[in-house]
Amino acid sequence: MDRFSAQLANALLGIEPDAPVLELHFPSAQILFESQTVIAICGADFDPIINQESVPMHHPIAIAENSLLQFRQMKKGARVYVAILNGLQLEPWKGSYSTNLKAGAGGFQGRALRKYDQIFFSRQINISKLLGEKCFSVLPWKALDTIEHREAIEFVIGSEWHSLDAESRKEFEQHWFQIGRDSDRMGYKLKGPVLKLTETDILSSGVGFGTVQLLPDRSLIVLMADHQTTGGYPRIAHVISAHLPILAQKNPGDVFMFKMTDLETAEEKISRQQKYLEEIRIACKFRIENLVHVS
Amino acid sequence: MNIYQPYTIFPLGDAALTIEFSDTIDREINNRVLQLFHHLQSAKIDAIVDLIPAYSTVTVCYDPVKLKKPGSTAFENMAAIIETVARAKSQLTTETVRQIEVPVCYDPAVAPDLKHLAAEKKLSIETIITIHTSVSYRVFMLGFLPGFAYMGQIDERIAMPRKTKPMPVAAGSVGIAGLQTGIYPFNCPGGWHIIGRTPLKLFDAANEDPTIFHPGDDVRFFSITYHEFKNYQGRTA
Repeated sequence: MDRFSAQLANALLGIEPDAPVLELHFPSAQILFESQTVIAICGADFDPIINQESVPMHHPIAIAENSLLQFRQMKKGARVYVAILNGLQLEPWKGSYSTNLKAGAGGFQGRALRKYDQIFFSRQINISKLLGEKCFSVLPWKALDTIEHREAIEFVIGSEWHSLDAESRKEFEQHWFQIGRDSDRMGYKLKGPVLKLTETDILSSGVGFGTVQLLPDRSLIVLMADHQTTGGYPRIAHVISAHLPILAQKNPGDVFMFKMTDLETAEEKISRQQKYLEEIRIACKFRIENLVHVS
Repeated sequence: MNIYQPYTIFPLGDAALTIEFSDTIDREINNRVLQLFHHLQSAKIDAIVDLIPAYSTVTVCYDPVKLKKPGSTAFENMAAIIETVARAKSQLTTETVRQIEVPVCYDPAVAPDLKHLAAEKKLSIETIITIHTSVSYRVFMLGFLPGFAYMGQIDERIAMPRKTKPMPVAAGSVGIAGLQTGIYPFNCPGGWHIIGRTPLKLFDAANEDPTIFHPGDDVRFFSITYHEFKNYQGRTA
């Protein structure tokens, strides 16, 4: 859901952006690392601890074998990402390591992880020198730019934007929206002003992560990571790619506002984000290689 | 024959665009859609992340970072590349269409809405089955769920608008909504009127080609008994 945080966690370890990461919600799983590894935790702040001691987010953390990672409380955000330097032994499905729950494919056996599941590392590393007697060692660099928890989510207009009457267009931009309790990974149902549109149905056509549709009951839905590929409802707006991670870190009950922007700005923002991630990856790859011996 | 089919291209957010030929369900238009879809696939354009063909549109998902240039947006650059492909190959060719036969059990045990449809349309259940199985349907697109094929067009005599409230539907259920027919690949809530069930497994993640149906396929239904449904060998759910 929050691709920026997932990619940032990988970048902090100098690994490729689409290497598999763990995505956790709260209450979170407890993870026992049975061999030495280096991890990075990005995204929501669920108060991570290793062997009962607090660890910081957005830093690479070298950990000793048989270390237990736990998350104590939900402080901010909705989902946390854990990247692992050793790599995970998983079979890609259709070119991706992601899990598709609906299709029951990808990731670890096409399902959410359960208690006692075991995932093997692709390789072993030797960081005994780095750790010394300690259970873990926080490496001395971190990401400075992380997810902002802002309340104005930017959008570009959709093809049916102009089918909204002028009053509705104003309402869309000036009113608060609340994320409904019946929201999920496919889409966030929004509670807010009732909008008026001249048409209620369009012929089924492609939709994207961030597409805002107006449903027949006049409610809005923002399509999220597990959205269907096509839809038959008016496309009012599209959340810009750079702000999807912000939306992904909001929980049911949270409120936000929409703010219009244009395509140039939207493209500029996502480009800057990707460049930043790439710079981090290159810098961290160099640093990790100096500290860690891969066997 | 070189037929120029007019289209518009518009952004779908900042990481996708849609090429729209029409807003109708039409075989010729859908041919053009699938032709463009196949040509874009074979062009193997690096910046393209995904392609979504639908009734009368093709949506192209791309990486804006790869396409952005000083002075032009990624959208403009992607649109220009697509127009080159669209213009270069606008001849309507008749490619070999796959013919697929789908066994369907119309027994009331697996066809919860058949009786209601018969009453509403003032036809016998046998007539409805005859009408449903007497023509072939084109798969216009896949969407909604992995492996769900939107097929058309249903004979008006058995057409029915979709339900206002979705109900739980079993995997393999064959439904009707408006002038379309389709099959639910998984158990899920659905608003289509269920008139039968197929033993076929529409989506199999383990297969190299996970879906039975592709856009452009020609599909025919044939009736099987409940006993045959229960004992079906082959690609079953």
